[in-house]
Amino acid sequence: MIYHELVIVGGGLAGLRAAIEAKKQGIDVAIVSQVWPGRSHSGAAQGGVNAALANHPESADDTWEKHAFDTVKGSDYLADQDAVVQMTKDAIPVIYELDHAGCPFSRFDDGRIAQRPFGGAGYPRTCYGADKTGHYMLHTMVEQAIEARVPMYVEWFVARLVVDDGVCRGVVAYDMVRGGFELFQAEAVVIATGGAGRVYSNSTNAIISTGYGMAMAYHAGVALKDLEFVQFHPTGLLTTNILMTEGARGEGGYLVNDLGERFMEKYAPTAMELAPRDITSRSIQTEINEGRGIGGKGYVHLDLRHLGAQKILEKLPGIRDLAIHFEGVDPIEEPIPIVPSQHYSMGGIDTDMDGRTTMPGLYAAGECACVSVHGANRLGGNSLLETVVFGRRAGAAAAQYIDGLDEFGRSAAVGEEALADVRDRVRSLANREGGEDPYAIRAAMASTMKEHFGVFREASVMQAGLETMMDLKARVTNVELRHAGGVFNLDMIRTFELEGMVDVALGIAAGALARTESRGSHARTDFPERDDANWLEHTLALYEPDGGPRLEAKAVGLGMFEPQERKY
Amino acid sequence: MPEATFRIKRHNPEKLDDQNGTGGDRYDEFTVPYESSLTVLEGLFYIQEALDGSLSFRYCCRAAVCGSCAMYINGTYRLACQTNVRHLGDGPITVEPMPHMPVVKDLVCDMTDFFAKYETVMPHIIRNSAPPEKEIMQSPNDRKKLDMPVDCILCGSCYSSCPSVWGEGNYLGPAALLKAYRFEVDSRDEARKERLPRFDNERGSYRCHTITNCVEACPKELNPTEAIQWLKGAAVRRRLLGRAK
Repeated sequence: MIYHELVIVGGGLAGLRAAIEAKKQGIDVAIVSQVWPGRSHSGAAQGGVNAALANHPESADDTWEKHAFDTVKGSDYLADQDAVVQMTKDAIPVIYELDHAGCPFSRFDDGRIAQRPFGGAGYPRTCYGADKTGHYMLHTMVEQAIEARVPMYVEWFVARLVVDDGVCRGVVAYDMVRGGFELFQAEAVVIATGGAGRVYSNSTNAIISTGYGMAMAYHAGVALKDLEFVQFHPTGLLTTNILMTEGARGEGGYLVNDLGERFMEKYAPTAMELAPRDITSRSIQTEINEGRGIGGKGYVHLDLRHLGAQKILEKLPGIRDLAIHFEGVDPIEEPIPIVPSQHYSMGGIDTDMDGRTTMPGLYAAGECACVSVHGANRLGGNSLLETVVFGRRAGAAAAQYIDGLDEFGRSAAVGEEALADVRDRVRSLANREGGEDPYAIRAAMASTMKEHFGVFREASVMQAGLETMMDLKARVTNVELRHAGGVFNLDMIRTFELEGMVDVALGIAAGALARTESRGSHARTDFPERDDANWLEHTLALYEPDGGPRLEAKAVGLGMFEPQERKY
Repeated sequence: MPEATFRIKRHNPEKLDDQNGTGGDRYDEFTVPYESSLTVLEGLFYIQEALDGSLSFRYCCRAAVCGSCAMYINGTYRLACQTNVRHLGDGPITVEPMPHMPVVKDLVCDMTDFFAKYETVMPHIIRNSAPPEKEIMQSPNDRKKLDMPVDCILCGSCYSSCPSVWGEGNYLGPAALLKAYRFEVDSRDEARKERLPRFDNERGSYRCHTITNCVEACPKELNPTEAIQWLKGAAVRRRLLGRAK
């Protein structure tokens, strides 16, 4: 048994920031992470992080209020406006804090942090470090956590939560390097495990972005919110779906169809390539569906050639390397073949502005959480921001909760049952013979989600997809482990992940089918209009062991900006 | 459909009592079918999923930014995710863990020493003055000095490739020293004597004998050797001339 007052599950930006905050407040906190924290998926973010610093010559009169308005409008009015206000206000000090911590942001000539235009934003307010902003921020945050001496359990896979009498009391985790399971007792737990992109076969996400942290909370009885809102990034590389940053368009890149047209003119005549991601992805998909993909095929071009070699090398060096290595295309010489690709989970664990869930002792922050600041469609540059703003707030709230516990509330020695339960589960998986192939189920799930719950959605297609997902869920109960070894057992980790992924995918499917309107990323061909009278509300999905989720509604926090039609 | 033969070095710490007592060290061959493109990492996943569930390797971003999957592929340091099978020519693809490192299992190296050394160089900014209200100003020219070192993904290739590390177990190695350089050249860093003694010694920068294996091994095409020579020069200037930085 290992004890820490606070256990943070996940070592990406949100988890690290939460840990640093709790540590500052004198809490005995530790990070438990499946990978060395500097390898987390936060590091794959490219284009930047939004804050109304007003550094750009064209953004002198930018304010956090304008940032808040753009975010709410981008969310198709499903974001909670009080949370958006908090985030956009906090954005400014948070960026300065990162700079003071050494984050290597790019600079304007006057020495201030550089900013670039991004989709759906009225001003150039996206602070960036070349096209590697996530990598820079993540390494800076790891460095801060090392300086703060936050203990890190690296390459430990958290398998489940420990819940005692409705209170979260720790986790059970698999020590990948030494082998075997261990109980972590804690007064509180913060889940910061990232998104669920890998439930789709066409995701930009890291392979570890399986949504397992969401599933742990879900299985423990905490609601997942707004799962049906899945962001498709307009520009994933054709072959691998690897991200080509929105910054490529922020720097002036064009989207071009087979006829050589900058087709965004038809869909967003003012914003053009810098329309929000939901609109841009739908535009690309429409071009493809109507036969104007390149050579009539399923992709269009992201053309950067007119930017010139110098600008590409200076502002977009990472994009160029990725295009060369993974697509065999040098953007200085040729246009890049791209396709809309699953990119971000707007939905996640239902939390308030301080990362609190409905379960005492359980907090969540970052992509795995749904505050909600992104509503039905996240703006580019707001996810890195969310991780640091709400990571800090969740860490502070958890610290405050722990400080407030009295003697009786503390240190209940529980969790042995949960530990035995996980060990039993592994034993029974390993002893099963002639069971299902977990990888066949994983592949079927990921292609079902891509085909049936993609950029455009329609009832009959989704119904068929939901039925397939229900079959897959039944099959998951009969999977067989192929390898029972103790050390670095990928077969076991990936089988555990699968059980969570199927439930999260079912939540996406059920929410999408139920929501009979189009809003943000959720675009239904059979219900093309937004329906504020009936659907200006969050979806809560509650776990049911035998089937799809039970769905409930939750009110949206309004008040500052009246819902209006979105035009760009 | 074309096929690739993967020849993978295996090691299982749970079988240290097998016939030769080496932890089952051996090379296993697998045949991996593929269509138009296949990366080595995708090949490893195919093997783990369809052929041998006991295979272990590290993975995460599959986009060459996280540094997890550095391996020794056909005798060259590469990121498995960034290596396309088509570019490896005909013949079997030999995949081994990074050499000169202890092995946890199969292709997974023990990175404990690597990260411990990284932590000893104070891999974080040091400020001795109160932070300004807004950002700390930095000219584009000063920022440019960071371009090379901040691209490091700490994959460990340079460290594994360095003969000075092989010969002296306490040598910090190229990655940790590159990190020290990253902060020493940052105009915002105000370290005086804090970080200097961490690298200015015989197990630090002076242990680099400019063999430049690290430059060749780095999958991000960085130049730790050059950075280490800068550290040597900076340390001498600071000690002899009493300069701050």
